[in-house]
Amino acid sequence: MSALHAALSPAGGALALAVLWLAIAVACLIPSRNAAFARRFAFPLGAAAGIGVAFVGLQAVWLPAQTLTLPLGLPDLPFHLRVDALAAFFLMLLGSVSAGVSVYAAGYFREEASGRLALIGCQYHVFLASMAFVLLADDAYLFMLAWETMALSSYFLVITDHKQPSIRSAGFLYLLIAHLGAIAVLLCFGVLHGGRGDYSFDALRAAHLQRGWATVAFLLAFFGFGAKAGILPLHAWLPEAHPAAPSPVSALMSGVMIKTAIYGMVRVIFDLIGSVRWEWGLVVLVIGAGTTLFGVLYALMQHDLKRLLAYHSVENIGIILLGLGMGMVFVGFGHGAAGALGLIAALYHTLNHAVFKGLLFLGAGSILHSSGLRNLNDMGGLIHRMPKTAFYFLIGALAISALPPLNGFVSEWLTFQAALQATILQNGIVRSLLPLFAATLALAGALTAMCFVKVYGVAFLGRAREPAHPSPLPHAGDAGGMERYGMAWLAAGCFLLGLFPSSFLLVLNRVASRLTGHGLSEQALSASGWLWLVPTSAEQASYSPLVFLVMIVAVTLLAFFVVRRVYHGRARFADPWDCGYPEQTSRMQDTADAFGQPIRHVFGPLYRMERTLPGPGEATPRYTLKIEDRHWYWLYLPVARAAEYVSSKIALLQQGRISIYLLYSFITLIALLVFVR
Amino acid sequence: MNTAAAIAFQILQSVFVVLAAPLLVGWVNRCRAWLQNRSAPSVLLPYWTLAKLFHKEPVIARGASPLFRTTPYILFGCMWLAAGIVPVLATGLPFAPAADIIALVGVFALARVFSALAAMDIGTSFGGLGARREMMIGFLAEPAMLMTLFTAAFISGSTQLTTIVDTLGHREFALYPSLAFAAVAFLMVLLAENARIPIDNPATHLELTMIHEAMILEYSARHLALIEWAVAIKLFAYMTIGIALFVPWGIAEGGDWHALPLAIGTLVAKLALAGAGLALIETLLAKLRLLLAPEFLSSAFLLAVLGMLTHFLVQG
Repeated sequence: MSALHAALSPAGGALALAVLWLAIAVACLIPSRNAAFARRFAFPLGAAAGIGVAFVGLQAVWLPAQTLTLPLGLPDLPFHLRVDALAAFFLMLLGSVSAGVSVYAAGYFREEASGRLALIGCQYHVFLASMAFVLLADDAYLFMLAWETMALSSYFLVITDHKQPSIRSAGFLYLLIAHLGAIAVLLCFGVLHGGRGDYSFDALRAAHLQRGWATVAFLLAFFGFGAKAGILPLHAWLPEAHPAAPSPVSALMSGVMIKTAIYGMVRVIFDLIGSVRWEWGLVVLVIGAGTTLFGVLYALMQHDLKRLLAYHSVENIGIILLGLGMGMVFVGFGHGAAGALGLIAALYHTLNHAVFKGLLFLGAGSILHSSGLRNLNDMGGLIHRMPKTAFYFLIGALAISALPPLNGFVSEWLTFQAALQATILQNGIVRSLLPLFAATLALAGALTAMCFVKVYGVAFLGRAREPAHPSPLPHAGDAGGMERYGMAWLAAGCFLLGLFPSSFLLVLNRVASRLTGHGLSEQALSASGWLWLVPTSAEQASYSPLVFLVMIVAVTLLAFFVVRRVYHGRARFADPWDCGYPEQTSRMQDTADAFGQPIRHVFGPLYRMERTLPGPGEATPRYTLKIEDRHWYWLYLPVARAAEYVSSKIALLQQGRISIYLLYSFITLIALLVFVR
Repeated sequence: MNTAAAIAFQILQSVFVVLAAPLLVGWVNRCRAWLQNRSAPSVLLPYWTLAKLFHKEPVIARGASPLFRTTPYILFGCMWLAAGIVPVLATGLPFAPAADIIALVGVFALARVFSALAAMDIGTSFGGLGARREMMIGFLAEPAMLMTLFTAAFISGSTQLTTIVDTLGHREFALYPSLAFAAVAFLMVLLAENARIPIDNPATHLELTMIHEAMILEYSARHLALIEWAVAIKLFAYMTIGIALFVPWGIAEGGDWHALPLAIGTLVAKLALAGAGLALIETLLAKLRLLLAPEFLSSAFLLAVLGMLTHFLVQG
């Protein structure tokens, strides 16, 4: 009876569903010649479990924190699980996004060979379960275990096509940076625990750190989790690894996995360390602003659709950090309500990004799946061949461009509102700095819109281009049924989160107030009703996306019918006019690279560009442009060279003869006898 | 004030803006013609042009997607929405809380994205070129616009335009350095966002440096009419935003019907001045080289940021 009761509680429910994911993973491995098993059973069941996790999370936000102890793990080191409001919110995110992605995956992997599919299915569900355990963990031991399982399972998913050398090296880079991050996180727990031998989060919470050590713990957590999230300058793996993985996996990695890093940051900074300092907030803001601008500016230079989306993930992590940093600054100065607003903006954007980035990666996957194209410059006119995918992709593109009334706008709006609270700060310098970060956000938002006009205009609109690398699947059709259901689920999420923000604000306010002890005033939230989004007071700011949408749709329809009624609805079809130029080929359209030209012009010094211009006498003139990430040259390559140099020196010790190694042991023993005694 | 009267006032204001917008364009054109020693067309010419276009039969390029045909209506809807948000005649109208200044900038961005997408839909070289340039202007103008609005928001402690107008309208008359910076920045953004000289030339197309006209090259008849009308409403909305931020006196506060004649009177006077000023600017300045547009707009952005910092340093 008590077991049943435990299973019905949120913690038990989430645990049961995570174990279900593990069970599906094992079931996938049962050898079956029939790939239909994974398609008809494993992935749909995984999606159902995802919906379950989302419901458990939504329910648990409103309940007091619940703990469970599992008698597993090492002797005397059982696993502690805990579901509080923060974990519940992220469980909701994990469950709802993964449900859509799993449904999509059921359609996407329909042509995989059964052996490969069994492996993918297994790794995919282990990946989901490990993310759930990261969120459930209440001690550093289980947390690290789940964190590493997550890194490894996603690594194996990234190198699904391991026969291509570029994918192997992308996977290696991912593994390397993931482990650098993991080491920092491990050290952070070490600092937090202060030598008392108890690694449960309760003990870490209770420990009081000196100011210096607390800052060390913050920096370790920020950069450790930041490596997973893709903050500057640890972002390099993202644009390599995300495109390498199969599209549903990219959607999960970009949508959910990097959000577990945000979870880790919030957990450690607000919960485990507890006393937030405003200087830390400034660090987060500066890195966040850099990450935001860098991400979007490099995204504008990409012509590989999935790489472009990966750079946008870098940008959006920056936006989340801007909200988080503002929250930390306010909390550090003792303004709880404004701090809660910043934190809420960050968490809202975390959820929004998970939904629309998931949707966009799925859309990119459908293009790849049905036409074999990834390079934007080879696409064109896809709206005619894949109208349904085009529709869903448009929703995602508008959402990520922060256009009202979709969801991306709401969280950027909240971040702006947090920045506009700056007048209450005592410190004059910080007070005038916060609006500058808001300016960064405004710039990034407008650049994102430009980037997605480019993506949508080049890929879906216009006329089909003659691909430089002819597609293996020239007569592509629209996405299949399951793929479309997955995309429709996430597109509905974009609308839901965009149109009913005040309901989600209540959930997030609960999370923020459980975490920091302060929240937005419940009165303002409840007095305004579900239609109006009013974070502080109605005089200060309000926004009603539903009224907004109804108004635009009503006027649009009114204009449509009035014009038809009063005048006429006739139309004639002819060749494009184009200022009277008679010769029009599809090669005369803007390419993705051409579209980014103004940005290259304005922000030139930020890129490392190699241009070769054709000479005047060349018979077949070729113009090439190569744009690379500057971080490679000032950070990664020097570090790599240094590492190689050091290891080549250390390699001198390795003589490969047993007698030499025995000599080493002997010298060590002598040294120990001399020094230790 | 009861709800019915408020809603009636709201509808009146929206309809007023939509109907009066072409008149403003006609007035600007007339002033410009006077200043340039041309014989001036009637101020009513834009209405006749719209009527003519609505009567014609549109010619749609083969290969146009549904996006191309819906965009004019969406643009018109967006601009009508903007006309409802901006306190043109009165503050405190029922629709005002639905969107604040950030959402207002969002509406303009939404319209811009759709018009750029529609421009790329046919797949002509001019369409892509116009879309690219428009988005370039947009990504520079939008942050500058937001920073200008934030300066006003910091002064009044609110992002609601109607609260901003009420606050700014009741301060003692003095020159605020932050608002002076913001006003210059706003003017520059207004010129850029409305495709005016020195960024773009509304009077010509078939010019290789065109931006806005390049995007709407493929449109004709009723679609073109809706776009032209939306463009007129956009200019009207931008001018009334400027009036609301920098010279808000005379507006009917709280949707007071008795103040309506005075509100209309002052608004017409202000707009007549603003329109003549715009014509003067367009006559005196030459069009900038396209590659200089980023510099123009980044100075607008810097001015706006400077205005905001001035507020914190001097007035905060």
